[in-house]
Amino acid sequence: MNTRVATGLMLASTIALAACQKKAPEELPPPPTQTATPTPSAPTGPTVGSQQHFTDAVGVANTVVYFDTDQYNIDAEDSAKLQVQGQYFSQYPQLNFTVEGHADERGTREYNLALGERRANAAKNYLVSIGIPANRIRTVSYGKERPVALGSNESAWAQNRRAATVVIN
Amino acid sequence: MKQLFIFATALVAAPLAAQNEDLGQPIQEGGEVETVMEAEDGEGLTFTITDETALEDLGIAIPGFATDADVATPANQNGTAALGKELARVITADLRNNGLFKPTGPDALPQPSFPEINAPNWPTWSNRGAEMLVHGYVRARSDNRLTVGCYLYDMALQQQLVREGWIVEPADWRRAAHKCADLVYSRLTGESPFFDSRIAYIAETGPKDNRTKRLAIMDSDGANHRFITTGRSTALTPRYSPDYKKLSYLSYVDGNPRIYVYDIGTGRQTLVTQSDNPTFAPRWSPDGRYILYSMAVNGNTDIYRVPSTGGTPQRLTDAPGIDIGGSYSPDGSRIVFESDRSGGQQCYVMNSDGSNPRRISFFGGRCATPEWSPRGDQIAFTNSSSFNVGVMTPSGGSVRILTRGWQDEAPTWAPNGRIIQFFRTERNSGKAGLWQVDLTGENERRLPTPVDGSDPAWGPILP
Repeated sequence: MNTRVATGLMLASTIALAACQKKAPEELPPPPTQTATPTPSAPTGPTVGSQQHFTDAVGVANTVVYFDTDQYNIDAEDSAKLQVQGQYFSQYPQLNFTVEGHADERGTREYNLALGERRANAAKNYLVSIGIPANRIRTVSYGKERPVALGSNESAWAQNRRAATVVIN
Repeated sequence: MKQLFIFATALVAAPLAAQNEDLGQPIQEGGEVETVMEAEDGEGLTFTITDETALEDLGIAIPGFATDADVATPANQNGTAALGKELARVITADLRNNGLFKPTGPDALPQPSFPEINAPNWPTWSNRGAEMLVHGYVRARSDNRLTVGCYLYDMALQQQLVREGWIVEPADWRRAAHKCADLVYSRLTGESPFFDSRIAYIAETGPKDNRTKRLAIMDSDGANHRFITTGRSTALTPRYSPDYKKLSYLSYVDGNPRIYVYDIGTGRQTLVTQSDNPTFAPRWSPDGRYILYSMAVNGNTDIYRVPSTGGTPQRLTDAPGIDIGGSYSPDGSRIVFESDRSGGQQCYVMNSDGSNPRRISFFGGRCATPEWSPRGDQIAFTNSSSFNVGVMTPSGGSVRILTRGWQDEAPTWAPNGRIIQFFRTERNSGKAGLWQVDLTGENERRLPTPVDGSDPAWGPILP
């Protein structure tokens, strides 16, 4: 019993220490990672926990994965992007984040909400499979409510069928 | 004598929970409408209409309703005589806008006197191209309410075909006009009424990538328009409860898509189910006892049923894939829903406990948003391959496509199952509007709304 309590206390203080130790470097420029695009952050640059910091670190193209019509499978290109994201979130284990699922306008509204949820979960499940704890990842579907490309053509629709990762501030 | 009541709702001031922060002020909904028969000579209502030609060729003269005494009424600042003309205008618009008749309104007709309502001055109305004549009156009662009488006459027979009267609160004067239009429509077509009903929908403003979407309601003709939500959060896919006391709809008010049940009387809302999972696609059972909703768990969406008074949800579908929506048959025994378990969206029918699901759509395109007709004989759906609205039988036969827009979706039935309302989205701009089409597919019209509109849901005949 006593041993257990002691172990528990030790663990707790270790975690507390770890938390303190993790906090400190946040004030410093983030160490460049191997996969990061070369965007050196000035001391006044984006702070860890901001979307800008995430985007600068992984490259904006790696923050979004795209899907074929009605599909939600993670292909090779998607998994390469998600691995870059995974490295970032492994490096900053204090960060929680959201995967937003979206659909193009050529679907009925309710189906698209469910489809967006399925896409967000596909991206989340991949991130979990490479070691990011599920409880750090929130998913939300916007269906066809938040397009990034505004045309009504194949190119616009392809840009809107996406799962976008955003960091919660 | 049938008495119909809508209980006036008390406005309850209550502290707003976070989930209520998108809601506007509570709205006061209706008073009672009492049906009365003014006279006792009720025999002789068995005439059939003399004209067997198509209804759209049937001329109907609708002069202003008479009043026994032109007195002040809260329903019209110019008094009951002016209100009588307004009543006739509303009836004329109802009967014209659905493409079934050729009505002539009060602005092009002489005004009958009060005694003539019971005994039309036939020579005045002949030679006006009208086979039918509507007369009516409005009278202010001592209790401030209004009595409105409505009479339909066959010009050739010079006989009364039907008549009815209603006592309404001044604020509900349009309901009396809709009831008169329903009386005329039902008598001449043999169909059930539908004008005295309401529509819930989503009012849209703003650019395509940042649309403001507000829950709104209005009468079946677009009047008495009211916003329920402020637009701070996106609102989608409303449905009226069968008794019109509640609205279920999707809101992002807490950042996630969730179904809420909004109480029109109190202006407060609750989650349809206590869960962290996203919920979509609310639907009421015809008796109002259950609400269907669809919930995604780890990306897999299934349909659930929960008592509308709260309780334990029951999962109705368990196939891998997206099972969503759902629409009860009028007797409540079956549910038509949409599923992509076969690869793409298709329509399925199951028993209302979830048993015996079977696919009914095999027309070659994708089948989405099925809605069972209140008559039970048809299912409306979106062909989500071509984005048109169609109908089929409950077994999936006799598929007919009724619309031809660039993107038409989300059919909802008029209470009598003769007209389908849907929304049409324009290519590129993304602007959306509410449209109606009848079952022939020939009579299509846009329902005017103050701003763009989508996700219409037509309620039943008002209680």
